[in-house]
Amino acid sequence: MVSPILPLRASGLEVRRRGRPLLGPLDLAITEPGITIVVGPNGGGKTTLLKALHGLERRSAGTVTWGLPTSEAAARQAFVFQTPIMLRRTVRENLTYPLKIARLPGPERGKRVADWADRAGLVPLLNRPATRLSGGERQKLALARALIAAPDFLFLDEPCTNLDGRATREIEELLQAEAARGTAVLMATHDIGQARRLADRVLFLHRGRILEEGPAAEVLSAPTTAALASFVKGDIVE
Amino acid sequence: MTDIWQGLQAALWLVVTLDADLVEITLRSLRVSLTALVIASVIAFPLGTFLAIRRFPLRRTTIALMNALMGLPPVVVGLLVYLLLSRSGPFGVFGLLFTPSAMIIAQVIIITPLIASVAHQAMRDLWADYHDLLISMNVPPHRRILTLIKDGRRALITAALAGFGRAIGEVGAIMIVGGNIDHATRVLTTAIALETGKGDFALALGLGFVLIGLAVGVNLLIHAVSGTERGRRW
Repeated sequence: MVSPILPLRASGLEVRRRGRPLLGPLDLAITEPGITIVVGPNGGGKTTLLKALHGLERRSAGTVTWGLPTSEAAARQAFVFQTPIMLRRTVRENLTYPLKIARLPGPERGKRVADWADRAGLVPLLNRPATRLSGGERQKLALARALIAAPDFLFLDEPCTNLDGRATREIEELLQAEAARGTAVLMATHDIGQARRLADRVLFLHRGRILEEGPAAEVLSAPTTAALASFVKGDIVE
Repeated sequence: MTDIWQGLQAALWLVVTLDADLVEITLRSLRVSLTALVIASVIAFPLGTFLAIRRFPLRRTTIALMNALMGLPPVVVGLLVYLLLSRSGPFGVFGLLFTPSAMIIAQVIIITPLIASVAHQAMRDLWADYHDLLISMNVPPHRRILTLIKDGRRALITAALAGFGRAIGEVGAIMIVGGNIDHATRVLTTAIALETGKGDFALALGLGFVLIGLAVGVNLLIHAVSGTERGRRW
């Protein structure tokens, strides 16, 4: 079933800072659930795009609309940052926090925390201060905390940067399970291998513009722009 | 040097014998300053946090004013509170002048800007860390303030202790609005001022040492109760 939060449509989206263009103008539509990956070299505008769509970055021009009214759509989104932001609380309290914001009753909260701690492999860490976790543990906690309130749309900004292979695989498995549940995922990465493993759709963002987009298998196997062809080959793209 | 030695002896004697007057004025000092601290903290914590997270016209001016008020001369505060609470003043009908309540009001006015300002600095840093997460989670504004207060409680305790230090050691304002009346409004600082005026330096020093001990003791107690130095807590 397609979530009512979709479609997400951006039209003429543009972000400028002190007059300098960071993103766009660009148009974008996500109409189906699944995993959409924004690939591109560092500094290409991936983070800015995600934040502008989520409402964390002020738009200089253009519109972003959802299948639901903006306030309702905002409550059904979650964002996982490249550097996880940990509340200065225990792992358990970090997991409980979004459920309190969503005003879930206490017993339901307890069940969900236990469930997600188990799924993310955080059970032995539940009473540990979140700021004392390793990088991989923090990112798993950030992902579990984002997913615990069952969002319909999940943004991820390079969630596996600086993580080892095992932590990366665990996070990817969680993501795939969530996408299979029907959550729409929009994730930024500059890791082309990760894009191949996860993506249903790919957007190639370079210098703030979408140069290519479409089904992952087509876009990544037959790039039509020199920039994406170089990026896929692993060359440096300036 | 002799005066200091005699002061130490006097302080020890007063404490060991549990001098009735000393106990009375010590308890009154504590009651007045801790009550003022609680009231000021209830005002200052949300105020400092609000100023850290909300943007509104004249915000910078408000913060600058709050910082400037940290240096409020206690004697001027005492004079203003005196005029407000005196019989001919707007609040004279309540009959608060020369009561511990008047002393509490003066101390609240003196320490609220100090606590709010220190709290604002701490909450501003915490908000910089939390901003994207709380906005992303769609956390309502009042919950953002509560979250910052809860997670920044260590820094807020420091702010409160700074306020307590100023309150317990304050003499100018409470002398004016309290009147230093024996068995009614006399506290440690006003008693020290009185004994110094009488030339009894040993007793004044003795009371001074008791005051210092009290301030240190309350600080240690608050740290112990709040667990700020335990490794696994914030």
